[in-house]
Amino acid sequence: MTSYQLIWFILIGVLFSGFFFLEGFDFGVGMLVKSFAKTEAERDVVIRSIGPHWDGNEVWLITAGGAMFASFPMWYATLFSGFYLVLFLILAALIFRGVSFEFRANMQTATWRNFWEWASTIGSFCAAFLFGMLFTAMIAGMPIDKNGDMTAHFFDYVNLFSIVGGVAVTVLSLVHGLNFIRLKTSGELRERALAWNKILYPVLFAGEVLFAILLYFSTDFFAKKPLTTTAIVVALVIFTCLAYWGVLGNHEWLSFIGSGLSLVSVVVLIFNGLFPRVMVANNPAYSLLIKNSSSSPYTLHLMTILAFSILPIVLVYFIWSYWVFYKRLASPKQNA
Amino acid sequence: MLNLGLDILGLARFQFGMTTVFHFFFVPFSIGLAFVVAVMETMYAIKGDEDYKKMAQFWGKMFLYSFAVGVVTGIIQEFQFGMNWSEYSRFMGDIFGAPLAIEALAAFFMESTFIGMWMFTWDRFNKWVHTLFIWLVMFGSSLSALWILAANSFMQNPLGYIINQQTGHVQMVSFGAVLSNPQLWSEFPHVIFGAFVTASFVIAGCAAWRLLKKDHVTFYRKSLNVALVIGLIFSLGSIASGDIQSRYLINNQPMKFAAMEGLYKDSTNKGEWSMVAGFDNKQHKTTWSVDVPYVLNLLSYHKTTGTIKGMNTINKELHAKYDKKYGNDINYYVPTKTLFWSFRIMSGAGALFALLAIVGLFFNRKKSQLIMNQRWFLYIMGLCLWLPFVVNTAGWFITEFGRYPWVVYGLLTIADAVSPNVSVASLLTSNIVYFLMFAGMGLVMIVLCHRTLKAGPDTENTDGYAAGDTDLDPYSKGAFNHD
Repeated sequence: MTSYQLIWFILIGVLFSGFFFLEGFDFGVGMLVKSFAKTEAERDVVIRSIGPHWDGNEVWLITAGGAMFASFPMWYATLFSGFYLVLFLILAALIFRGVSFEFRANMQTATWRNFWEWASTIGSFCAAFLFGMLFTAMIAGMPIDKNGDMTAHFFDYVNLFSIVGGVAVTVLSLVHGLNFIRLKTSGELRERALAWNKILYPVLFAGEVLFAILLYFSTDFFAKKPLTTTAIVVALVIFTCLAYWGVLGNHEWLSFIGSGLSLVSVVVLIFNGLFPRVMVANNPAYSLLIKNSSSSPYTLHLMTILAFSILPIVLVYFIWSYWVFYKRLASPKQNA
Repeated sequence: MLNLGLDILGLARFQFGMTTVFHFFFVPFSIGLAFVVAVMETMYAIKGDEDYKKMAQFWGKMFLYSFAVGVVTGIIQEFQFGMNWSEYSRFMGDIFGAPLAIEALAAFFMESTFIGMWMFTWDRFNKWVHTLFIWLVMFGSSLSALWILAANSFMQNPLGYIINQQTGHVQMVSFGAVLSNPQLWSEFPHVIFGAFVTASFVIAGCAAWRLLKKDHVTFYRKSLNVALVIGLIFSLGSIASGDIQSRYLINNQPMKFAAMEGLYKDSTNKGEWSMVAGFDNKQHKTTWSVDVPYVLNLLSYHKTTGTIKGMNTINKELHAKYDKKYGNDINYYVPTKTLFWSFRIMSGAGALFALLAIVGLFFNRKKSQLIMNQRWFLYIMGLCLWLPFVVNTAGWFITEFGRYPWVVYGLLTIADAVSPNVSVASLLTSNIVYFLMFAGMGLVMIVLCHRTLKAGPDTENTDGYAAGDTDLDPYSKGAFNHD
């Protein structure tokens, strides 16, 4: 394994971490459109909270996908063709929720507004769940042949472990979204988000424990890397505890950072367990490895230079755009 | 399962065609609208004329609809290389991945971030800064076109690579060569100019329909003027860049060029150009044609003499060149009728756009009322708003069908590129669902644009901009409270 290969393995982990941290809360907010926000006016505020940001957040996914294609084409090819149906459903979900915000705002009848609100809600739920399911199934090991083609059947990737993984990511995104609402709004919505999280966090804890237990039985993570895997699982729980503490003590930033880092911990857990592989095969001989799945040294070198010169500039204006919209949005007045 | 005679290759090709065509309805429309809106807002910043601000906001609405659909259909594009074309991805990853990743990193972040800034900050920044945002969106989206076309250009004309002897995959040896590919520098201007033309003529067409109803005459006449000036400049630009691009094919992709001109047999020195023709694809011959002498040579070489190889000759040459590696059962003929007619639609429309723009600008002179009386012209203009979408599709038909049987010219055939592990059932399902979603989104787009147009520019108020027409407006200035 060369250092460039290692850098890119880490960078892809970083990009997915960014994606889950950022899109995590806008998935969460998207889920809240129908149940949490009770009136049209409240939905306007809830959607507006992510309005200027969701598109930029999704670019983290597109960048992660592009970076994977560029640096580990074999990984990209195996993963994307192997999880065809899951990714197809993810795409459908992302499309529905993606257009829902703009379309909803321009609908004239209640029926159609309702339709796009449901599109946002269901699309966000499905996207978060399916991403969780995909990554969980990926680390559990899949049937991969000599050519690197994955030939998984439905029940290879839909099972108790992957469903728990999907639900865990969904609930994590949901509480992260609520923590974001607590930061971005004032009044009724802010208080309601706090109240919801008081109930949801115990559910999340249960989910995390169940996930950790299944992780032990369904993957080789604890067997191969007992120390780091345990440490990251503990970190995940600690971040969730901190976020919960922030809920109980009403520290909004602490909660938001805590739930964001919980999501990041999940990505770190996955990438740490994968290393030095990129795809886990049922037959260990066919697992794809970092060292034989990557692009040429020339391409990796080039991409490294470009990534490290462009990314800092991107981060500057990306963070600035959040700064521009730092102000809280007022909850609509009751009975308005 | 029923045997419908469907195979993964056919379904994957159909899906690529369908998703790309649909995505590319919105890409040029969005890039072009970003440019036209940026020009309008700049004129507002310079002149301080509120009409231009209203124009930027009004046409900006259509831009936002288009952008939303463009973004979500774009994700399919990125994912489907891995999903449907895994062998292609393995073969080409070393070269194709890099531009795609840079596109996301350098271009998508820029456009998505600044579009959010532009949408929601009309009342928060001074007009120059706000104008800068839309220019950055426009710059970002053009940059994304550059990177993805760099990848496409490699597929049309591979440069800067070697074949790795161990893996058999392409390997980049010179990023400079990938970027300086002549194919790219004729394709990129053509696509960008085409995008500007697309937006111009959609705006001009919409304005024409409203002028026919004598609605907001000043507003729509001003819009028409901006659109037609841009439309004229860039339809001429499209024609010029298209000319460069098509002549570049004579040596690089002779089969594509011959099919565009419907030449089965080698042309004679007289340069007879078929204006219209009929073809027998099975017998590889032209059944009838209406020919004009010398035009072929004028188009190909900008002079009256010279000859062009016909498809039958080229077919033999390609067999001689590639049979050793790929076997002799590959069909090198491209879909002649598709290319021939697509080329005529595209170039004919290019000329029509330039003509319409000139006539329109003449009728729409400031002091003249001519445009209001020439209702026939407004009808034509109004109908032509659909034409750019047909033309863009025709252009891609030529580029992509003309590369048959290659996915990477001379290096990888389409048949070898497809994912071997994806089932017909999966592909059929995704095709049907995508089709239904596209039909739905396309319909919503048309309804929204139509409704926006009917509601007119005055329904706008800046504070609620992009907020939608809710009763209670949480986006107004008062909605921000300092915590």
